[in-house]
Amino acid sequence: MTTVLGIPVAVILGQLMLGLVNGSFYALLSLGLAVIFGLMRVVNFAHGAFYTLGAFAALLGLQWLGINYWVSLLLAPLAVGLVGIVVERLLLRHVYGLDPLYGLLLTFGLALICQGSLHQVFGATGQSYPVPPALAGAVNLGFMFLPLYRAWVIFVSLLVCFSTWFVIERTRLGATLRAATENAPLVQAFGVNVPLLVAATYGSGVALAALAGVLASPIVLVNSHMGSSLVIVVFAVVVIGGMGSILGSIVSGLLLGVVEGFTKVIYPEASNVVIFVVMALVLILRPTGLFGKD
Amino acid sequence: MKLRMLTLAILAALAAAASGPTLAADEVVIGDIDDMSGVYADVMGAAGVEVVKWAVADFGGTVLGRKISVLSADHQNKPDIGAAKFREWADQNGLNFLLGGSNTGVNIAMAKVAAVKHVPIFNIGPGGASLTNEDCTAYSVHYTYDTVALANGTATAIVNAGGKTWFYLTADYAFGTQLQAAASKVVEGHGGKNLGAVRVPLGAADFSSFLLQAQASGAQVLGLSNAGTDFSNSLKAANEFGITKTMKPAALLAFITDIHSLGLPTAQGLYLTTAWYWDLNPETRTFGKRFYAKFNREPTMDQAGAYSATLTYLRAVKAVGTTDPDKVMAELKRAKINDLFTTGGYIRADGAMIHDMYVMQVKTPQESKYPWDYYKVVKKMSGEEAFGPITGLCPLAPAPK
Amino acid sequence: MRANAILYALLGLFALCVPLLGIYPVFMMQLLCVAMFACAYNLLLGFGRMLSFGHAAFFGSAAYATGWLVTAHAWGPGAAILAGVVVAALLGLVVGSLAIRRQGIYFAMITLALAQLVYFVCLEAPFTGGENGLQGVPRGKLLGFLPLKSDLVLYYVVLAVFIAVFLFIRRVVHSPFGQVLKAIRDNEARATSLGYEINRYKLLAFVLSATLAGLAGSLKALVFGFVTLSDVDQSTSGDVILMTLLGGTGTFFGPVLGAAVVVTLQQYLSDLVGGWVTAIIGAIFVACVLSFRSGVVGELLAWRARRVKPAPP
Repeated sequence: MTTVLGIPVAVILGQLMLGLVNGSFYALLSLGLAVIFGLMRVVNFAHGAFYTLGAFAALLGLQWLGINYWVSLLLAPLAVGLVGIVVERLLLRHVYGLDPLYGLLLTFGLALICQGSLHQVFGATGQSYPVPPALAGAVNLGFMFLPLYRAWVIFVSLLVCFSTWFVIERTRLGATLRAATENAPLVQAFGVNVPLLVAATYGSGVALAALAGVLASPIVLVNSHMGSSLVIVVFAVVVIGGMGSILGSIVSGLLLGVVEGFTKVIYPEASNVVIFVVMALVLILRPTGLFGKD
Repeated sequence: MKLRMLTLAILAALAAAASGPTLAADEVVIGDIDDMSGVYADVMGAAGVEVVKWAVADFGGTVLGRKISVLSADHQNKPDIGAAKFREWADQNGLNFLLGGSNTGVNIAMAKVAAVKHVPIFNIGPGGASLTNEDCTAYSVHYTYDTVALANGTATAIVNAGGKTWFYLTADYAFGTQLQAAASKVVEGHGGKNLGAVRVPLGAADFSSFLLQAQASGAQVLGLSNAGTDFSNSLKAANEFGITKTMKPAALLAFITDIHSLGLPTAQGLYLTTAWYWDLNPETRTFGKRFYAKFNREPTMDQAGAYSATLTYLRAVKAVGTTDPDKVMAELKRAKINDLFTTGGYIRADGAMIHDMYVMQVKTPQESKYPWDYYKVVKKMSGEEAFGPITGLCPLAPAPK
Repeated sequence: MRANAILYALLGLFALCVPLLGIYPVFMMQLLCVAMFACAYNLLLGFGRMLSFGHAAFFGSAAYATGWLVTAHAWGPGAAILAGVVVAALLGLVVGSLAIRRQGIYFAMITLALAQLVYFVCLEAPFTGGENGLQGVPRGKLLGFLPLKSDLVLYYVVLAVFIAVFLFIRRVVHSPFGQVLKAIRDNEARATSLGYEINRYKLLAFVLSATLAGLAGSLKALVFGFVTLSDVDQSTSGDVILMTLLGGTGTFFGPVLGAAVVVTLQQYLSDLVGGWVTAIIGAIFVACVLSFRSGVVGELLAWRARRVKPAPP
């Protein structure tokens, strides 16, 4: 068994592979956050709650309505996205003109409401969601068995991430969105319905979180706490990538997943905090983040 | 001016409300502080409180001519909340007896309060054997199971079945480390070898990376030194990653609720140790039926333990004719316990309730004939065998020469 | 201002008589410690306009320091509290100097990240007891003769410290330093153009806030006799933000009221409605942000000011 620094190569490769899977989740989640922050200047602390809602939508869809995984992949983000739009129209729009910290606090409160309610109704033990039969089984990569489902997660995340990036950076719709961020009244003067655009943006960002939730449900037990510990990590990822940058959040999401995986090999107890160490360093040394344009 | 007065009035009202319920003069007050909403909520939880109330009702509702009341609170897996609530009940509500729910850390904190306030506490939910060793007190009784018994049961069974080399996945807190230590001792004592361990943050979302390390060790057995969702998650992941093809999982602590949520196809073949099972004999089945009618699931050993503990305490109070804690503790350590939970159980000087433990194996889906028919008995251990001899680490119980 | 003085005198009288009224002293002490924490936090948020997301790090690390010194090294309570305060001050200096470089949301994120690191250290360090926390912290004798074991004695000690801290914060805000801080809060660019080294002022405010938060934490360790990870946890940081917001940032009494409401809610609501407490607290948060932004006390002050305004001729 070949070793590097006393650690078998197979273990290192295995951890990097898993890191890539985690990184895909981080990328997908931070993408939604970056979209919302980049286009609306709102720090959406409720992102974890929407992720949890997406997972619950899939779980309950299966238990109550018999909706299978593949349909949930499409329906759950749509449903949660609609909830997001309602939240934006009813609550969020009141804080736009104010200090951005109020947006943060508002969404923080929303996250608490969501988490508390889910906790009370469904308990904290969590329920399992079955892996769809088409994706069951594992592939023997030699250094590890990679479950097919995890490979699927990487594939979907990358696909969605880069499609979103493409839409925002390279299409006319994206250009309109970006223009609306910089000068809403002017864009509105051109006849574009800016409030609708903003609502749709929030809905899309939230839908991305819900999609991550559906993807996650066969991997972790679906419970009310799923999002809360994750959201802080995802914030760190977005900050590291640069808070306005879509590409930044995708790349740093993947990168940090791998870094986390590596830490698990060397110093597992620190795997929870290594991302914060990186975030603190980035904020001190390169405040706009790796790809940021402040 | 008026508004400031209004603010003052609000504060005063709040503070008055904060003074809490007045001391119920001549009642016997029983408390239950447990995880009611978190990771261990199904192990004892709200159903456990109901069960305590059943015990009170079955006893007659009064003892020594005094009405018995039951208080409950959620410690949310935080030692400070549990200890603070216990202290408040002791100071303000005339608490006579406390049942400690899941979570070793919270119970250690509450045991310390028991020692200061002289209120007997029965640790029903936690596993940490330190409660009858370094953390023992004159007023605490460790009732249902402990990490030593779990190791003596499950680890022994697995080593004897051929699992000689072990690697542990350990929850990074007192319970996890104590369980790993106990299991390691058993493994070595039976000629096996401990190849290593990885400490996993409590409540980790993803175990895959830790499992890969376990697999790289080449050990035959994957010792899961965790509980609750950590246990279910890690087992699920082990299946997914094909780890269970080369390593045998050891469920060092599993409740029937865990097996139910995992499902028999995933959980079949697992060895586990339990103090009680609903399908053991007619008496346990009656209790099981009663519980099932109300909660639509079978009770765990903790819930049966809570029922038994309440009755044991009330019987002791009746026997000595007073709720004086010292007299009651003396009687508790003298009398034998015979009820649906145990036959011939007794409380040792260090506070451990010595009773039979069962090593079970989870049935295959084909072997299971009716709902919740999950276990088959592999071995029945006597209390002495399960809990081991007095270690001498508790000042109340010096090791025999 | 006479109305203020009368109000404070009445409250002071009420506080002094608490044990006679049959109110649970331990609950009141908890309230006082938390209110102290909220007041310290308000110094930063209300008067300095800096949203720190990890203030529990100072509260908890001081608590751990004090708890450990009293338990493992048999220090007297007075010395241990002092040590705890020093620890919080030093930590505040480190975190502050790193965080001050950035503003707004980035400032908040740095404090969050560093607080997570503090949490990690408290989790892994051998002397903190990890998930179990420090248990059985003895109260000892203050200054060698005051037996703090008695809830009554400790209550008056905590009350005295609270009043001292409250008056100190008032003094700081009304001092020249406080005026400059207010100027920075209202218009940073202008303050810079006037020649003030704003980072120095901000850092001092941060360290002061951290130090007082640490004092609250050290006291709390002695009151309850244990220190756990909850004290450095995200939720504690979130709670103190809520209290300050609810009571009214930028007022003196606001955080105290906010603390009283939140602590009472958490204590007694959980008995009534169990797990809904989190959701209800979240709802209060949302309500505060949407319509109650100056907090209860702020709204009351504004209402009174509007009433007093003379009618146009």
